[in-house]
Amino acid sequence: MSAPLIETRGLSKHFGGVQAVRTIDFSLAEGELRCLIGPNGAGKSTFFKLLTGQIKPTSGAVLFRGIDITALQAHQIARLGIGIKTQVPSVFNGLSTRQNLWIAAARHNNRKEATQAVERQVERLGLGRFADKPVGQLAHGQRQWVELALVLCGNPDLILLDEPAAGMTEEERVRTAEIIREINRVHPLIVVEHDMSFIRTIAQRITVFDRGTILMEGDVDQVFSSQTVRDVYFGKQVAA
Amino acid sequence: MIAGVRPNWGLVTVGVLGLALLIGLPIFLDLFGLLQVTLYAIFGILALSLAFIWGYGGILCFGHSAFFGLGAYTYAVAVINIGESTGALLLAMLLPAVLAAALGYFMFYARISDIYVGVITLTLTLIFYNCINSTAGPAYHIGDALLGGFNGMPNVPSLNIPFLPDETLEPLGMFLLCGALLLIVYFALHGLLVTRFGRVLVAIRENEQRVEFLGYDARLHKLVAFSIGGALAGLAGCLYVAWGNYVSPPVFSVVQSAQMIIWLMVGGVGTLLGPVIGAVAISWLTVKIGTQQVVNASVVLGAVLLVFVLLVPRGVAPMVTERFVPWLLSLRRAAVARREIAQGGKA
Repeated sequence: MSAPLIETRGLSKHFGGVQAVRTIDFSLAEGELRCLIGPNGAGKSTFFKLLTGQIKPTSGAVLFRGIDITALQAHQIARLGIGIKTQVPSVFNGLSTRQNLWIAAARHNNRKEATQAVERQVERLGLGRFADKPVGQLAHGQRQWVELALVLCGNPDLILLDEPAAGMTEEERVRTAEIIREINRVHPLIVVEHDMSFIRTIAQRITVFDRGTILMEGDVDQVFSSQTVRDVYFGKQVAA
Repeated sequence: MIAGVRPNWGLVTVGVLGLALLIGLPIFLDLFGLLQVTLYAIFGILALSLAFIWGYGGILCFGHSAFFGLGAYTYAVAVINIGESTGALLLAMLLPAVLAAALGYFMFYARISDIYVGVITLTLTLIFYNCINSTAGPAYHIGDALLGGFNGMPNVPSLNIPFLPDETLEPLGMFLLCGALLLIVYFALHGLLVTRFGRVLVAIRENEQRVEFLGYDARLHKLVAFSIGGALAGLAGCLYVAWGNYVSPPVFSVVQSAQMIIWLMVGGVGTLLGPVIGAVAISWLTVKIGTQQVVNASVVLGAVLLVFVLLVPRGVAPMVTERFVPWLLSLRRAAVARREIAQGGKA
């Protein structure tokens, strides 16, 4: 079996007396699309922030291609090839879509190549209609796509998406699911999401979080047919 | 297209107008007028230094006069000791840049919030003001240069032609130098802002976290921008002392820092031309009020700031480019449309 692309070893995070994440061992293989699900407060967003370096763990380690990235700054983690899309679109509101994407593409391309990379992503995600408008003036769903394109412009080895379909219309969600499946042909992905209908359209393997730990891991059918998962989502107390 | 090359008519206009003023003003102005516009050009450079770090880097420096004053005192001390202005001018830029880099390192690498950056820079300039104010008496000197405390340092030598200490610049030469430097700084900053560094700096102003997620070290970019701003403020400080042959503690004052912020707010934060216009207009207004002795200049400046914050919150330059120019263009389009309809009717 090949070495995991990213893995965590005994990852924990405490906020005062609250244990948000408890000794999590997680791994993702090359090429995989993994969905992280769980009810509110399950610890998936904290886990996401630990992976991306936004917060530092109380104990444990995060390894990317075998390199310990636990203590690295967010920009150092990004340079290793991890692209991040946050829950609330994190874009440059005062700049146009093309200007946004150019900043991302210019980090490892010269001017000409960066411009070409921008046009590729504009075409790929269908952003042409609003590519020269300030991103702050776009609809929420469009801003989500701009952020996704920002991530793709960096051509990362691993993409982490936090609730990519949040606040989208049904039509936009369908399109986003298509985009994610298309991205996964090239890039491994971790998607944090709690919208089960959206999960069904994209998921291959699912990791279920509950009370800061991994409750179960399995393919879509296993997870959705699990009584334990249903109990967690519908509020029945799970035996410790 | 962001990376494309196309003529920027705004920049061309500024360049042509700037050169015309540089050549034309000495012909039309008397000595007093020439000295005044030289001072406006110096303040224009100072305004550009703050415009760059605040308007484009998003770093609100409440105590920018610390770098201006340090440049001023560095020049005064160095030129008295060296006896020649070339090295003194370079030192007057270098020292503020180094101070800005050191201060920026602790502020940006500690990731303190914007408001604390403002407070720290304000405190720094107050410290400088009080320290230099307490240096009266012969005991306080650096080499041959007496610091002079609240009385300041008189008889500071003017700038001279590089490495020719006896060839000092007359008012006309000083005007041409300051005007040319204003244009050079303006175009250099414009050039810098279209590089990758400049664009990332603007992106940091918009969303620092996203810049980090894209793999850029936002702290380093802010540090470099802050140092450039410090060096330019130091240059303005040096020119200011060389212009007036005198420096005193008020160059570090909070009033000086507040004036710079008013220049930017009146001219337009996030532009380069606006702050220069703001600096010239407010300095001209201050001189006019000072000459007439009717009302207190600080009261008028406060009123100007209030009016702009309430009525023109984005400043003059954005209002002209975003409101006035589109309005003029729409008038022109309407006139063309009317002409075409009239011609169609005749046909």
